[in-house]
Amino acid sequence: MQIMINNLSVRLGMRTVVDDVRIDVPDGALLAVIGPNGSGKTTLLRAIYGAVRPVAGSISIGGQDLASVPARRAARLRAVVPQFQHADVGLSAHTVVGTGRHSHVGWWTHEQEADRDAVQTALRQTGAEELAPRAFSTLSGGERQRILLARALAQQAATLLLDEPTNHLDPRAQLDLLALVASLPMTRIAVLHDLDQALAHADLAAVLHQGRLVACGPPAEVLTNDLTTAVFGVRSAVIMHPLTQRPHLVTAPVVRTDMGPPDPT
Amino acid sequence: MPHTPTPFEPVRTRAPLGLWIGALGIGLGLVAVLGVCVGSVFIAVPEVWDVLAARTQGRVNSPVLNDTIIWEYRIPRVIAAITVGAGLTVSGVALQGLVRNPLADPYIVGVSSGASLGAVLIMVLGSGALLGLPTSAGAFLGAIGVLALVFLFAQQRGAFADSRLVLAGVAIGYVATAATSFIQLQARPGQLSGILFWSLGSVAGARWDALAIPVAVILACVAWLATKGRTLNALSLGDDAAVAVGVHLRSARLMLLIIAALCTAVTVALAGGVGFVGLIVPHAARMLVGADHRRLLPVAALLGAVFVVLIDLVARTIGSPQEFPLTIFTALIGGPFFLALMRRQRAV
Repeated sequence: MQIMINNLSVRLGMRTVVDDVRIDVPDGALLAVIGPNGSGKTTLLRAIYGAVRPVAGSISIGGQDLASVPARRAARLRAVVPQFQHADVGLSAHTVVGTGRHSHVGWWTHEQEADRDAVQTALRQTGAEELAPRAFSTLSGGERQRILLARALAQQAATLLLDEPTNHLDPRAQLDLLALVASLPMTRIAVLHDLDQALAHADLAAVLHQGRLVACGPPAEVLTNDLTTAVFGVRSAVIMHPLTQRPHLVTAPVVRTDMGPPDPT
Repeated sequence: MPHTPTPFEPVRTRAPLGLWIGALGIGLGLVAVLGVCVGSVFIAVPEVWDVLAARTQGRVNSPVLNDTIIWEYRIPRVIAAITVGAGLTVSGVALQGLVRNPLADPYIVGVSSGASLGAVLIMVLGSGALLGLPTSAGAFLGAIGVLALVFLFAQQRGAFADSRLVLAGVAIGYVATAATSFIQLQARPGQLSGILFWSLGSVAGARWDALAIPVAVILACVAWLATKGRTLNALSLGDDAAVAVGVHLRSARLMLLIIAALCTAVTVALAGGVGFVGLIVPHAARMLVGADHRRLLPVAALLGAVFVVLIDLVARTIGSPQEFPLTIFTALIGGPFFLALMRRQRAV
C-alpha cells in the first residue's frame, strides 16, 4: 500500500522536531530515511505509527487517514520494529512474537490456527525458530532484533516501519537483516544511519536535516558529495565495491581550507 | 544446527496452565476448609457440614453456637481473606505491568494511605460526626479521593507517564499519611489499638453484609483482567512496542489504573491495610508460571487467595485467643518463603 506523509509537523516540548515533511512512498517501495543525529528521523517514524501526535499534517496508508483509524485497525495497516524496547521482560521470544497478533485476536477469544501459523512463518522467515523458546531477555542484540522483526511480520500488516534495524548488530547480522528487509514485498520505511546501506538497498532516500526534508528521490541521485557535505559534514564518493562489483558509498572528513594549524579541541 | 519442529508453546518445560489452576484450586479449597474448621474452637468437618446443610434448607442447626461460629464468623472471614488475597495480587499484577516496575504494588499509587486517612477520621471523630458512615465507607471514600488527586496530578493532556504516576502517588500518599498521623495523635488511648489493628489489616470483622460489594468488584476485575493478558504482554515490552501492535495506550493504561485502584480500595475498605501481598505474590506467581500475563493472572489470583487464607489462619491461631493483624505475618512468613523461592529460581 502507498504511504503518504502530508506536510507533517511534530513538536516535542517547545521544539519543532519534524517540520512540514511531505513524502510519498509508492506501493512496494523501500524508503530509507536518513539524516544526522537529532534530525527528526525517529520522531517522524514514531509519528507515522502513532506514538507521538503531529501538530499539523496527516499520514495515510492505502488512502486511509491514520488519525481517524482506531488503534487495532492501524495495526493492520503498519507493523513496526521500534527502537525503544524494554528487554527486561520475563516473556519467551515466542510470546514476544505472539504479541504481534494483538490486533488479530479478539479480547474474548484465543489464538487460532491462523495466529500460530503467522508466528511460525515469521520465525522461519527471520531464521529465529531456534530462538523461540528462549527468554527474550537472554537474547543478544542481534537476536532480539530478529525476534522484533518476526513480531512485526507476524502482524501481517500492509506496510512495515523500521527504526535503525541494524543498530547494535554485528556485520554479518546487519547484512542478513537488510537483505531480508529488502526482499520483503510490502511498502517499507526504514530509518537508517549508514548511508551506504541506503544506497545499496533502498528504492528511495529521504534526507532530513533539522526536521526538514532536504532531499527525496532515488538514493544514487540524492546521495551526492554536495549533500553529504552540507547535511552530514562529510565528503562522500561512490566507488565500485571490489567484492560485490556494486556501487559503494564511502565517506571522509571534510578538508578544512580556512585555517592554519588544526584546532586542538 | 539441530532443527526440531517448534511447538506453539515455548519448549521450556512449564507445567500446563490447567494443572496449576487445578492444583491451586484444590489447595484453596483445602485451606478454606481449614480456615472454617480451625480457630479458638475446633469444629470438625461433619459438624460444619451439618451447619451448612441446615442453612441451605433455611434452618439454623443446633447447637446454635456452632452455627454462629461457622456461619456468622468463619465463613465470611474466609471469603474475605480470599477476596483480599486475590484483589491485592491482581491489583499488583496490573500495576507492575502498567508502570513496568517490579517494585510497584497497590500502595504505590497512594490509595491505601487515602483509605487509612478516611478510616482513621471516622474512628477518631466518631461515625456520627461524618453522616453516620461506617469505617469501611470512610476507607473507600479516602481511597477514591486520593486516586482522583493522583489522576489529576499525574496526567498530562490525558496521558499518564509512569514516572509521574509513581511520583504523584508517593507524594500524595505521604501527605495522607502525615494527616493520618496528626489525627491519630488526637485520638484517645483506647482508640489507638483499634487504629493500629486496622492499619495493619485484618479480616476478623468480616460479616456477610460487608462482603457483597467487594466480592462482586474483585470478581469483575479479575474476569476483565483475565481477558487483557495479551495487552499486558504487549505493554511489558514498552510503550512504543505496544502501540506498534495496536494497543490504544491511553485507554489501556487508564483502564488498568482504575481496575487496580478499585481492587485496592474495596480491599482496604474490607480489611484495612494488608501489606506485602500485592507486591510479592505476583512475583512468586511469575516464578511458578512465567511472565506471560495470560498464564500469570489466574495463577496469581489463586495464589494470593491461598496465601491470605493461610496467613489469616496463622494470625488467629498462633496466640489464640488473641488475634494478630495480617501484615505482621504476610511479611514474617511470606518474606522468607519468597526469598527461598528466589534462590531456587536462580539455581535453575
